[in-house]
Amino acid sequence: MPNFDFKRRDFLRTGAAGLAAGALPLSLAKQAKAAGDLTIGVIYVGPKDDFGWNQAHAVAMDILKGVEGVTVVEEESVPETDACAKSMESMINLDGAGLILGTSFGYYIPFMQDLAAKYPEVVFRHAAPLWSDADPANAGSYFCYLNQAHYVDGVAAGLSSPTGKIGFVAAKPIPSVLSNINSVLLGARSVNPDATVQVIFTGDWSMPVREAEAANALVDAGCDVLTCHVDGPKVVIETAEARGVKSCGHNASQAPLAPNGFITGAEYKWETIYKMYADMLATGEPLPNIVVGGYHNDMVQNTTYGAGATPEAIAAADAAIAALKAGEPIFTGTLKDNLGNVVIDKAYDNYDPHLDGMDYLLEGVIGSIT
Amino acid sequence: MDAEASPPKPQRAFGAETLRSVEALVVPVGSVLASALLFSVFLLVLGKDPVQFFQLLWKGGFGTSFSIQNTLQRSAPIILTGLAFAVPATIGLTMIGAEGPLVIGGFAAAAAAIPLVTIGAPTSVLLALMAAAAMAAGALLIMLVGWLRHARSVNETISSLLLTYIAIATMNFFVEGALRDPSSQNKPSTLPIGKDNMIGSIPGTDVHWGLAAGVILAVLIGLLLRRTTFGFAARVTGGNPHAALAQGLPVGGLILACTAISGAVAGLAGFFEVAAIHGQANASLVAGYGFTGILVSFLARHNPFVVVPIAIIFGAIDASGGLIQRRMDLPDATSALLQGLIFITLLASETLLGRFRMFQPVEAR
Repeated sequence: MPNFDFKRRDFLRTGAAGLAAGALPLSLAKQAKAAGDLTIGVIYVGPKDDFGWNQAHAVAMDILKGVEGVTVVEEESVPETDACAKSMESMINLDGAGLILGTSFGYYIPFMQDLAAKYPEVVFRHAAPLWSDADPANAGSYFCYLNQAHYVDGVAAGLSSPTGKIGFVAAKPIPSVLSNINSVLLGARSVNPDATVQVIFTGDWSMPVREAEAANALVDAGCDVLTCHVDGPKVVIETAEARGVKSCGHNASQAPLAPNGFITGAEYKWETIYKMYADMLATGEPLPNIVVGGYHNDMVQNTTYGAGATPEAIAAADAAIAALKAGEPIFTGTLKDNLGNVVIDKAYDNYDPHLDGMDYLLEGVIGSIT
Repeated sequence: MDAEASPPKPQRAFGAETLRSVEALVVPVGSVLASALLFSVFLLVLGKDPVQFFQLLWKGGFGTSFSIQNTLQRSAPIILTGLAFAVPATIGLTMIGAEGPLVIGGFAAAAAAIPLVTIGAPTSVLLALMAAAAMAAGALLIMLVGWLRHARSVNETISSLLLTYIAIATMNFFVEGALRDPSSQNKPSTLPIGKDNMIGSIPGTDVHWGLAAGVILAVLIGLLLRRTTFGFAARVTGGNPHAALAQGLPVGGLILACTAISGAVAGLAGFFEVAAIHGQANASLVAGYGFTGILVSFLARHNPFVVVPIAIIFGAIDASGGLIQRRMDLPDATSALLQGLIFITLLASETLLGRFRMFQPVEAR
């Protein structure tokens, strides 16, 4: 029967693909165990000491550097152009890298996708939830949902702010940023129903002058807590401190920048993932294609409370962390956007894909995404 | 010495022209060596090994076939942006905004592709129209600068730089708004033209066709500027616009033509970024190639033929930068520092031209 043949062929193909997928991580494991071992190539989009996104990765990378037989080679300030593809290929061809970690969003499509197909023996992992079944089996993603820590920021800010007016300096109106803004609002409103978040978009990831202008404008508008989602939060935090208002951090710890006004900050905990990778490499286990997480699996954290946090804010924030660890949802009930449309009508799990496409600011956020 | 008193009589084996070419080669090469020496001092101060540095520079730039392709790929866009600076420089305009036409050209190409991809136009038609849109958009932008210079006496350096920001903002406005592909959630981009529609590599290599386009255009533009009456008129205008006007040369037309060529070439660089690399327009188009082109053109002394080898040297420095970071634990700014040193010593060396007795014809000594 022709149909039967067809199915069998399909089955064989699938089986072969499965075997190939299984064999890839094995060869990686073999490399890791053999003498000479595994070289891991890491690329960053900015400087490794930017007080932000890149620093959060670079600091966590020490975990991998500590694994016996593993050599880590790093390249910073690699742009999201074909230059990143060439950097990765250079690591593969000239350094013999067997695992590539790309830490910036724009590295994946099309560059890491293409390279994963071109170098099937090399394993690729990328720090954004972009991998899908259609992508090569030797590629993969890892990501932390930072909005959970921003929610905690909002709780602490809501109880540390005398006016309840929080200012937010944001880079671009894209889902991950909007999710953080909305989470700050929901956190603040959970303890102070009148709290508002006023947002200013700077238009790009690293715009220090505009970030300072935006921070000053928000303070002038009456905000007494500032937070942000830009690559390097240093400018916003320092401006807040200089203007005598409180602040919440983003990406990495900015506590040393604001000894008087720092409340807490949303931090990635990439070391959890890198530690997991390191353990798997040491035992020869294949790396999973997708790892995502938040508070429930120790992949985000809040910076140790600073002088700006009131005792009741600390208590409420600790309670919020406990609730998030237990899986309590942030986006729940009936919520409207700030144009009056109902955008949330039920409780969404904190990892629900529906939330990944967020394209609105909730009611209570002052600002516009257009 | 008075030439009339003693009519030139070649008394040496080399004529004046040969000596001048030798000088034009020895002085820049010497200054590059001087910058390498200065840079070695810098490395020694940091406690790093200069020999290892230059070995890695060679290995990463030219040492393996992968390295050579890496170098050529990186030099492709800066050949084009180098030419985009060299052409207006010939007519005396310091146009520092090739980044603007590159970005707006790339954006125009991606925008033109949207309806064509939607109706399923054949690849050749699609690419031709994209290239045309890119060149037209780039040309219009830089012609505006030329027109402002000629008709309104607006400084072209300032206006071209400011228009760069307007070009980038215009692209961002559309890419993050009306022309955004809804599936590009966290990195706003236009609709991808699709893998099948993209320009492939030059056969047998990993290098896209932008390199070939750059080399061909360098030759064509070189011939145009050095071997035609148009080029002669442009150079006269560059030398002295008032004299050119007095001679009845169409200065305004020449300026518009040169700025159009400049913008079109930079726009073409943007087209290749979209059609060969990204497949769509997004913020990654703003990669600084336009500004690197300024260095390339200056080092080539605005000679289109020389732009190609200089761009390849810059491509090699870029290509080896990562290897140097990784192996020597040097910050990424190291390559930029080397490029800057080469630039400064070469510019400084220009003042040495004509100062060495050994390069002067005997009768002029």
